[in-house]
Amino acid sequence: MEAFLQFFNDYTLRNVLLGTAWIGVVSGSLGTFAFLRRQSLLGDVISHATLPGVVLAFLVWQRREIGVLMIGAAGTGLLATALIQVVDTRTNIKRDGAMGVALAVFFGIGVLLLSMIQNLPTASQAGLDKFIFGQAAALVQSDVTVLLAAGGVVLAALLLLWRELKIVTFDPDFARAAGFRVTVLEGGVVTLIVVATVMGLQTVGVILMSAMLIAPAAAARQWTDRLSIMVLVAALVGGTSGAAGAVVSAFGPQIPTGPVVVLVLTALVLVSLFLGRKRGLVWRWHRQRRSRKLADPDTVLGALGALEAAHAGTVRGHPKAVVRMAVGQSAQVGQALAALRQAGLADEHDGDWSLTERGRSEAGRRARDQGG
Amino acid sequence: MQTMPPALEVNDLTVAYRDKPVLWDVDLQVPTGVLMAVVGPNGAGKTTLIKSVMGLMQAAAGSVQVFGEPAGRQQVRRIGYVPQRTSVDWDFPTSVRDVVAMGRYNRGGLWRRTDRRDAERVARALATVDMEDLADRQINELSGGQQQRVFLARALVQDADLYLMDEPFQGVDAVTEQSMVSVLRRLQEQGRTVLAVHHDLRTAPVYFDWVALLNVRLIASGPMAAAFSECNLQETFGGLAPAWANPPATTAA
Repeated sequence: MEAFLQFFNDYTLRNVLLGTAWIGVVSGSLGTFAFLRRQSLLGDVISHATLPGVVLAFLVWQRREIGVLMIGAAGTGLLATALIQVVDTRTNIKRDGAMGVALAVFFGIGVLLLSMIQNLPTASQAGLDKFIFGQAAALVQSDVTVLLAAGGVVLAALLLLWRELKIVTFDPDFARAAGFRVTVLEGGVVTLIVVATVMGLQTVGVILMSAMLIAPAAAARQWTDRLSIMVLVAALVGGTSGAAGAVVSAFGPQIPTGPVVVLVLTALVLVSLFLGRKRGLVWRWHRQRRSRKLADPDTVLGALGALEAAHAGTVRGHPKAVVRMAVGQSAQVGQALAALRQAGLADEHDGDWSLTERGRSEAGRRARDQGG
Repeated sequence: MQTMPPALEVNDLTVAYRDKPVLWDVDLQVPTGVLMAVVGPNGAGKTTLIKSVMGLMQAAAGSVQVFGEPAGRQQVRRIGYVPQRTSVDWDFPTSVRDVVAMGRYNRGGLWRRTDRRDAERVARALATVDMEDLADRQINELSGGQQQRVFLARALVQDADLYLMDEPFQGVDAVTEQSMVSVLRRLQEQGRTVLAVHHDLRTAPVYFDWVALLNVRLIASGPMAAAFSECNLQETFGGLAPAWANPPATTAA
């Protein structure tokens, strides 16, 4: 217990915990819009494309404060989105192809630059390779301040432009027709995504940062049908996984933060997919079961009679699924069929259900009763 | 009346997609207060016409005037828009009421939220299209016809003078179609103008009083009785116009 408390009083860990959780909150809420706009891949491209910017900024300014590196990262990140736009509109390559090209080119250049600076005489470049998978332990107080400020700007923009973002995400054509500056807003969203991505580079790393954007939204969608709640849940999921990743990786210097964060995220997404209140598999299955009424034996007897009449002389039995369709309303017929068998009115051979002699006359008698 | 500018005037409009003209040199006048159907075969440029008037597509040439002024940001609030229902993802996490309220989003600046008058307007529009019971329904639970009515309600709260509608009856059952037509009639009674892409040649002369026949070029436009002639239909549909499309105007004569 004492070790546990000491752990939370630790200055480094407090920074790391706060910083990484905050990154999760910001990227989770913003990522909701990327997710709903079906731009999940864009986050991936942007985060990979920031790597050359990080190394270039270091080469130019010979410093490795997060603020300096963020400027370079944002530069190449935005450049990549511009490249996608140009390739998409000016060539016959489709948008997904353009994204693939941009990702490969920028990340390739980044890795190349990174291996080049490993041979520089100065030692200060050491640790830049941590940007690939992230190392939250490297966060210091001043980094956290920068992160809080950048994240604050992103969230403020999100709140201020809430209605604009909502209408542009749902129906961009209508938004444009209603006089919204859709191109400007879309550019704004991409810029915010770049900022959020760049925030997570040092702690989560360029490869896995896109998961921080998209996975919280994917989990949140399972719990709610309201955009505002979805953003809040995504922020919560992002923050929780960020914090968990920071704590676990702080236990050992060899544990990179990014992969831990992504593992926690994956677990939360899986739990949401199964248990999510709105669309989770368990609830959906439960609702389906409840809405399926139990068919009563009389109805099933009538349905079997009708099936036999329709297939007179050709097919004897009918599988359960066919009986269910004949009854209609996707009712559950299993218990009714069992009851009919017990009463000696129907029987089953190799999964096919048919009426017994007694069942046939009973079904015929009832049909006549109903007709008369 | 003669001096009143038309609700919509399109001059020499040419729109191309990769050097292939989708609309060629279209001149169209839509007088104020008419219900005009835009009719033509698939690929005739009907949607393109609506979208270029709204400024959603770049025109290669031509000009668009709305109530006598060049189309632009000033006119935006005078135009209401009903896009094709398949143009959005209905799995978006929001409610019917929320989507209709989007028709008011362009009023006021950054800080303005939906106020009580907007909310009342939304409720009235939902009642007009018989959707008040479904106001809080998630939009992913709607049928095609209900989706179409949500879009119509959203256009109603725009309180526009000119309505552009892209196949407003697509996927709508017969009963709903009748009630939507009466909504259009009410718009007309209020002095508003409607330009709607319409697919059903049988009902076009019943629902609308003006028509534009389009097949890349504008074949004819004007009052239904004059423009919706067998000859014009033949030219529009290239001799493929079904026999039942014979206009009532000529059969009655």
